[in-house]
Order: sequence, then C-alpha cells, then structure tokens
Amino acid sequence: MKKIDAEQVRKVAKLSRLDLTDAEVQEFSGQLSAIFKYVEKMNEVDTDGVEPLAHCLGVNNCFRDDVVRQSLGVEKTLANAPERDDEFFKVPKILDDNSGA
Amino acid sequence: MADLEYKVIVGLEIHVHLRTATKMFCGCELAYGQQANSRVCPVCLGLPGALPVMNKKAFEYSVLAGLALNCEIAKFTKWDRKGYYYPDLPKNYQISQYDLPFSEHGYIEIPVEGPQAKKIRITRAHLEEDAGKNTHTSGNYSQVDLNRAGTPLLEIVTEPDMNSGAEVRAMAVELQRIVRYLGISEGDMQKGHMRFEPNINLAITKDGKEYRTPIAEIKNLNSFRALEASVNYEVVRQLDEFERTGKVMVEGSKTTRGWDDAGRQTVLQREKEEASDYRYFPDPDILPVVMTDEWLGEIRGRLCELPLKKQMRYVADYNLSEYDAGVLTGERANAEFFERVVEAGGEPKRVCNLLTQMGLKVANARDCGLAELGLKENDMAKLAKMIEGGDINASAGDRIMQEMMVSDKGPGKIARELNLIQKSDAGELEAFVEAVLAENEKAVEDVRNGGKKSKAARGFLLGQVMQKTKGQANPQVVNQILQEKLKSK
Ligand SMILES: [Zn+2]
Repeated sequence: MKKIDAEQVRKVAKLSRLDLTDAEVQEFSGQLSAIFKYVEKMNEVDTDGVEPLAHCLGVNNCFRDDVVRQSLGVEKTLANAPERDDEFFKVPKILDDNSGA
Repeated sequence: MADLEYKVIVGLEIHVHLRTATKMFCGCELAYGQQANSRVCPVCLGLPGALPVMNKKAFEYSVLAGLALNCEIAKFTKWDRKGYYYPDLPKNYQISQYDLPFSEHGYIEIPVEGPQAKKIRITRAHLEEDAGKNTHTSGNYSQVDLNRAGTPLLEIVTEPDMNSGAEVRAMAVELQRIVRYLGISEGDMQKGHMRFEPNINLAITKDGKEYRTPIAEIKNLNSFRALEASVNYEVVRQLDEFERTGKVMVEGSKTTRGWDDAGRQTVLQREKEEASDYRYFPDPDILPVVMTDEWLGEIRGRLCELPLKKQMRYVADYNLSEYDAGVLTGERANAEFFERVVEAGGEPKRVCNLLTQMGLKVANARDCGLAELGLKENDMAKLAKMIEGGDINASAGDRIMQEMMVSDKGPGKIARELNLIQKSDAGELEAFVEAVLAENEKAVEDVRNGGKKSKAARGFLLGQVMQKTKGQANPQVVNQILQEKLKSK
C-alpha cells in the first residue's frame, strides 16, 4: 500500500501547475511514498522538550543596510526570457487573475 | 416579509508599501513610474544561486508600525515560503510569514460618531514581499514588469470589529495617517502604497434565530471611496441573497469578489483555496530574527504622538473643533508647526484660523507643508496676538500673513506699512462717533425709538464711523462708544 496515492499526487501537481502523465503519476507516487516513509521513520525519535527548529544554521539577525545597488538593466534582465514585448516579459494571457501578493 | 434584523461584520486586510530606498531582500531601488524591468536583479528574478538578504530598515519600520498598533512584538520571528503561481513573482513562491509573525494582538483606535474612539483589534501584522505587475494587453498575452517585485510589504489583519462601510473607511484613513506620521510609508493611494481587502458578512436575526451569511472577500481595493462603497454594496447584496436563497456561511469557506468601479458593484471571482493549499514552509534562505529588549527600546524611541491622540488633545486642551483639529493633524509636519507657533505664545484658536485658512490654502496651491511657507513661528505667534489684542482684524491678519511669506519683516512692521492697524483708542474714536451722530439725526432717532428700524439704524451708524476712519477703527470699540452715546442723550 502506497503512502501517497495517485489522487494525492494529482492534487499536489495541480497546485504546482504541473502537467503529469499517468506514468509519471505512478512513478512519483512511488518516490513520494518512499520519502514519506523515511520521514515517518524520523518520527520515532523522541522529541519531547525539543524546540522546533526554524532554521538549520542556528544563526539569526542577518541584515543588509538599505543601500541601493546596481540592478541588472533591462537588457540583461530580459536576456533569458522566452519571449519579450519591448521592455516587458511576455507571458501567456493570465486568465484567472488572482495575482497580487 | 418576516421580522429581520442584521448586523454588518467586517474584518480588514491591509497591505502597506514601506518607504525604504531598496527592496525587501535585494539592493534594487524602489522607484515608481520607471522604465519597466529596470530595477531587477537575480534575486528579483529568482535565479538559481541568488541569495535574498533582509533589509534592516524594512524590518525596523514594520516593528515601529507594530508598536504604534499596540501589538506584542515577537522575540523570535521567521519567514516562510508561500506557494504562488503567477509570473509576477518568478520564484513561484512569495517570502512571507506564516506561524511566527513579528507582531500580534494589537488594536487601533479610530474616530467614530460620539466622543469616544472605537477600538479595532489587530490580529497580526507581518512582513512580506510584493509581487510585480501584470498588464493585460488586447492580444493573447500579458506583459510582466518586475520593478515592484520584492517591495517590502506590511500586511495588517484586523479582527472582524467594524460594523459599517463608514467605520471601515475611518479605519483605513486612520491607518494612513499613522503610517505617514511614523514616516514608514508615503501611504499614497494613487501609487498603490495601500491596498485593502475587506471580509464582509452579516449576522441576521430572523424569527428569533441567528444566521450568518457567507463571507465575501473583496480583493485589491486602492481607494477609500471604493473601499466604503464595496462594503455598502455587499451589505445590500448579501441581504438580498439571504432573502432569496437562505444561504448561510459554511465554516472555513469564503468567496472572493472584485470591485467593478464603473458598474459600482462587486463581481464574483472564485471560491477561495484553503489556507493549507498555499503549502507554507520555512524559508531556508532567510534567517530568523531575534528581538532584544534593547533593540526594541531603541525602535520604541522613534514613536511619536499618534494622530488621533493629537487630534483629541487639540480639542481638549486648545478648545478647537473636531473638524479643525482633524485638519491640523492631517499631516504630522503641519501639526508640529502649529504646536511650535502655540509654544511661541500664539493663542491656539487664532493660530488655528490663520493656518487652516490662509496657510493651508497657499500650502495646498504650492503643494508643500505649512512649515515651508517661509513663516517664522515667532512672527506667527505675534500676528495671532495682534488679532487677539484687537490691533488688527482677521482679514488684515490674512493679508499680513501673505506678506510675511515673501518678506523678512515682522507682522507689526507690515501692519504699519500697509496701514492695517485698527484704531482702538476710545478718545480718538469718540470724535468720529460724535461727528457721525451729528450728521445723521434721523438714524439716531430711529435707534432711540427702538422697534424694527432700530437694529438697521445702529448698523448704519457703525458703517458710517468705519467709513470715516477708512476702515481702521476697531468695530468693537466703536460699538461700545455708540452704545454709550445713544443711551446718554
Ligand atoms: Zn533585485
């Protein structure tokens, strides 16, 4: 019995805007299940009284000053764009526009 | 129709652009209206190997806002990745804060009808990055400009404590005043520095039972007018929908709607994804922040008296009207100029009149503050005293003030040069009054006979004296003399 079934893989793929073939769904279902099993194994460790870790480095308060640095410039910025429209990135029309952070 | 009562329930999410020189996690300049994609670097593009590093000023500005909103500031705060699949954030996630925001559990006080301010609870405030800008062209594609991507964005979430469109608007206006006072945001609505998302539903009581209508969230409102109008529209729409369908809220679900400004209505966009679908997880690039007491104390030292408190103090201490106090405290620099003039000895009400009328008229025309009009605080205080003492009248005060903006002369000197000093010397004025009474026997008789004509005749005599003195007599003194003379004959 797989821990992550095909249905769950499809859901996660949809959320990530990934288009998977049926064969890929099967493949990832196996891989993800293996990862999941491994994580479950770690669950066996007794973590009572251990603070959850927010960051693996154990370093805090790393800032930079609010000083302007040179940006790339329009040409370099767009150099790797699949398509451009003047100085803009050109992308497929956004249909359901709920963008905006 | 059955007996039906309802209460409007609104919570608000507000996004505020912080006024730093650079972006949240890179040194790209924050600039409005520049050439598209000219303020972009590998961090903005989410290129492999790019390392975002937090802007210290943006974090401190956020903490300052948290303190002004009476929030508890977390001793430990961290950043998370929030799944996001639109091209205006090429990383495919937004750096945001999920379970350990830098501040929680605060409140803001807003002015409402009546003497008491209303408290709106703040659930939390956290710091994240803004997305870029998508423009939809007429063709079958969209244009993306990443200049705005990575702008430090303060997100403030309130409890559902507002109960009308007007209260929601008051909350938004108050928040704008606060961020401007603190200097952490320009709060310019036209430039999209503040965006609002109200969550609205109704608690309906019908036949002794209570119902909650489904919650609607209105996305991305960027004017106070649209904010208030959209809430008012939703109230009517939800009431109507409830009466037609009886539909009630399902726990954990809400619909997203947009505001159609031209049609003045909200439009359904989508059923909301559940929070877990954003798949937050701790961002390994961004290090957590530990807040020390010392650092927090230093930031607290940058707080100032907040606008509503100032406004209420002006009403209580200076006896100004709510309206005048509101106008004076609109901008911090203006309020502080007013306070300096009062400190220099100007009577507050006179100073207020000079500044809110002639002062703000000129300042608005020049698009500057009161402090930039070339007026010296001491001279303004003297001018107010001259009006208070009756040496000049109010309109002369306005004229002198205009002159003070362009010359170095003091108000006394200007008043003398322009011949604006009022004659208040009773002995001197008495002669004018007597001459006028002698020349106008008919009017004198009308006054003494009393009745309908008396008041008009008295006004006429006063006018004659003013004319004889070329408008330089102090009308109050003239009136007193007239009263005496007309009684004693
Ligand atoms: Zn950048």
